[in-house]
This record gives sequence, structure tokens and C-alpha cells, in this order.
Amino acid sequence: MSALAFSPTRVAAMVLRYWYLLRSSWARLIELIYWPAVQMLMWGFLQTYLADQASAFARAGGVFIGAVILWDILFRGQLGFSISFLEEMYARNLGNLLISPLRASEFVAALMIMSIVRLAIGIVPVTLMAIWFFGFNLWGLGFGLAAFFANLMLTGWAVGIFVSGLVLRNGLGAETFAWSIMFLLLPLACVYYPVAVLPVWLQTIAWALPPTYVFEGMRALVSAHTFRADLMIQALALNVVLFSLATAAFLALLASARRNGALMQTGE
Amino acid sequence: MTDEPAIRVDRLTKIYKTATAVDGISFALTRGTITGLLGGNGAGKTTTIAMLMGLTTPTSGTVRVLGAEMPRERFSVLHRMNFESPYVEMPMRLTVGQNLKVFGMLYGVPDLKARIAEIAAELDLSDLLDRPTGKLSAGQKTRVSLAKALLNKPDVLLLDEPTASLDPDTADWVRARLERYRDEQGATMLIASHNMAEVERLCERVIFMKQGRIEDDDTPAGLLARYGRHTLEEVFLDVARGREREAAR
Repeated sequence: MSALAFSPTRVAAMVLRYWYLLRSSWARLIELIYWPAVQMLMWGFLQTYLADQASAFARAGGVFIGAVILWDILFRGQLGFSISFLEEMYARNLGNLLISPLRASEFVAALMIMSIVRLAIGIVPVTLMAIWFFGFNLWGLGFGLAAFFANLMLTGWAVGIFVSGLVLRNGLGAETFAWSIMFLLLPLACVYYPVAVLPVWLQTIAWALPPTYVFEGMRALVSAHTFRADLMIQALALNVVLFSLATAAFLALLASARRNGALMQTGE
Repeated sequence: MTDEPAIRVDRLTKIYKTATAVDGISFALTRGTITGLLGGNGAGKTTTIAMLMGLTTPTSGTVRVLGAEMPRERFSVLHRMNFESPYVEMPMRLTVGQNLKVFGMLYGVPDLKARIAEIAAELDLSDLLDRPTGKLSAGQKTRVSLAKALLNKPDVLLLDEPTASLDPDTADWVRARLERYRDEQGATMLIASHNMAEVERLCERVIFMKQGRIEDDDTPAGLLARYGRHTLEEVFLDVARGREREAAR
């Protein structure tokens, strides 16, 4: 029995566990689509209204809808990761997992896969709705979309890994971070406006965040039809750093939880 | 079978900030034996078991399970261990069969489908495999947890109050199943329990803990003789209340 190596079977076991959970609950499935759809409709209609009022917005057709969908990829990517992790806390099942041969890397890999599955369930119908309601075809962004998606998911996973470490160490008292931490990026990553809008000192912080490059890149692609590969490469480099830091923080928090006996009581 | 103990604990200490939960305990469990770990609330039983499973890092001292130092080498033996406690639940929305499949895959159980059918038959769960775990009675849930704990045929089984909140009939059934498993597989078991009748029936050895230390360690018969008592419950009260053995006579 291969107890020492990374095991795809154990990753599959965890993905299966979350899939069973997801398909057993219609409420969980509806929740995946509900907010992205509401957000997209609200911003889509706002953009339609603004396009009628100002020619600048008319030229930037699809920027708001593109921004809101990409924001949802970032936010839901992290949330999908964190919620799957939180399900173990809610189910009081973490003890069973932590005394099993499941490795942290396998657990994280399963959470990443589930974040993509949950995101696909939520976002794909919303992108189709965007075509239907507003004629905005996110899939038409082609390779650009793939680059945006990869970078946003990496950021979402990095934040999800860090939050999971916080919850492991501090219990469900830290759950609120899973729901709120990403909103810190909403103003700083310049989701709905160019970085140039920010004060100069805040622009430095904005450019330290990988999603900023993605949203700038999306605006360039949608309004100027230019794919900025340089922005995507910079985002990827920052994501590698962010992901490494988050993994190191997770491992440190897990070790701390082992020292403090926090894994014995994974409740509040 | 090697002569090395299944579990060897040497001067094990766990200090949380300023509170000492486990204070320099040492013991070794022979393979194929059932040992009771007794003590009042806060005696250090749960912390000890957590360190045996690699869930908690010792402040000092060592734990070796099946020859592997915990928690550093835990991945070399975790597939040969398991744990059951009514305080650690199985995912409620998953059916019994789904839960057993997931845990079977995690433990790398060979021929999993057949093993699930086998353990379900042994634990009278065959008719419950398609039922959500959360819809089961307390007794049924305990049987499911036991099925998960025995699924990988562990060489070392740690149990935390395995019959808590069960009616006497179900509790007796669980004890009989544990005895049978030990006899068939030669497994080593450590049972933390407050149920003295259970310990008296199952365990050939009893370790009493108090305030993080081992207060006494003997066979049930030996303890009864030395404390001059008729039941382990009386011995437990003597130990918990700090009555000296001589005074208790």
C-alpha cells in the first residue's frame, strides 16, 4: 500500500465526498447560481442604462459585465474552496480525515478541484445568461479568458488555503474570513475601474495584487481589443509568490494547531 | 509478529501554555491486547489519544505506534490504524454506503466493494447502506462509525467512549463485536471509557490517569485485589478522589 506518496485515489475520494454532498442538496446547487446571476443582471442593466447616457460607456460595452463575471470567478473560486473545507467543520468530520492517511496536499488538491466544479455549476449558466440578456459573450474572449481564469483561480485558491489554515487553527470563530476576506480585494484590485483612478500611493498596493492585472487586462481586451500578455505574466509571477506564501502559512497554522490541540476540538 | 509493542509511550508530556495536560507518562501496549484508559474529566485521556493518533504534537517525550514515531512518521502507519468516537461524526448527508466508500478509498482498502458488503453484513448495516447517515438512530450511527473504524482492518484501534449514549443491549452488542475483532485480527485496542463494566469486560489491563499522570496500571483483577474493592467503579472513585490504596482497604 502506498502510504507515502501523493495518492490520486485519496484526492478522488474527497472529490467524491463533496460531489455526494452537493448532489444531495438542491439548496446548495441553487446557491451556486443565485448570486452570480443576480450580480450579473444588476450590473448588466446598469451598464445598459449608462451606455444610453454617455458615449464613453457605450464604447466600453461589456466592461461591467465582464468585470462582474471575472469577479465572480475570483470570489466564487475562493469561496468554493473554503466552503468545501468548512463543510468538514460543520459535519464534525475533520477528525476522521486528519487521522486517515489523507495528506494535506491531497486535501488541498481535492478542494481545488471542487472549487472548479462549483464554479462551473454557477458561472457557466450565468455566462449564457449574459449572452441572452446583454449580448456579452465571455467565451468570445478566447485565450484571454483562459489566462484570466487561470490567474483568478490561483489567487482564489491561495486565499482559500490561507483561510482554511486560519479556521484549522482558530476554529469556526474564523469562519467569517472565508466569506469576507476577498471583499478587501474588491476596491484594491480595481474590479470596476482602472487603476489610474486610485491615489498614487494606493496604486502601489493595487499593483501588488494579481487580480489587478487581470481586470486591467480584461478592460484592454474588451474596450481596445488588445490582449496584454505582459499583464498576465506579471499576474502569474505574483500568483506564484502568493500561492507559496499561502501554502507556507497554511502549513505553519496546521503545525500550530497540532501544538495547541486545536485539531481535537474543531468547533467554535 | 514482532515483539515490539504496538504502542510505546515514553515520558510523554503535553503542556498547553501553563496547563499541563499530560505529565511525563510512559507505557507500552503489547500487540493483540485491549487496554482501558480511565480517568475523570480533564485527566489527560483525550490528549493522550490525540498524541497517539498524531493529531497533537507532544511538548516532550515520544510516542511510537507500530514502530513509527508520531506525528513525524504518521503517514507510514495511519493506514494501519483507526479511531472511533461518538464525538467525531460521519458526514450526515452522505448515505452509509457513500461514507464507507469514501473512507475505504482514503484508507486504500483493497476490493472495497466486497469489503463494504462484508463489514455491512457483520455489523448488521446491509439494509442501511442507502440511508443518509444523519437519519439513523444513535445506535445505528455508532455501528456506522464502527464500520468505518474496522473497514481497513486496523492493527491498532483507538476508541473514545465507544458505547456512550447507547442502550445496554446495543452497547453489549458493540462490546461483543470489538472482542471478536480482536480475537480474529489480533488487533491492539486502547479504549478511553467512563463505563467501568465495559472496561472490566473488555480489558486485560487498565491504566488510570489523574491530572495528566498515570495513577495506577494493572489488570482489573489486580486493581480490585489491591484496592480491596468489588468493582472497578469503586476503584475509579478511590483513584479519582485521591484515597490511598491502604486507606481504602
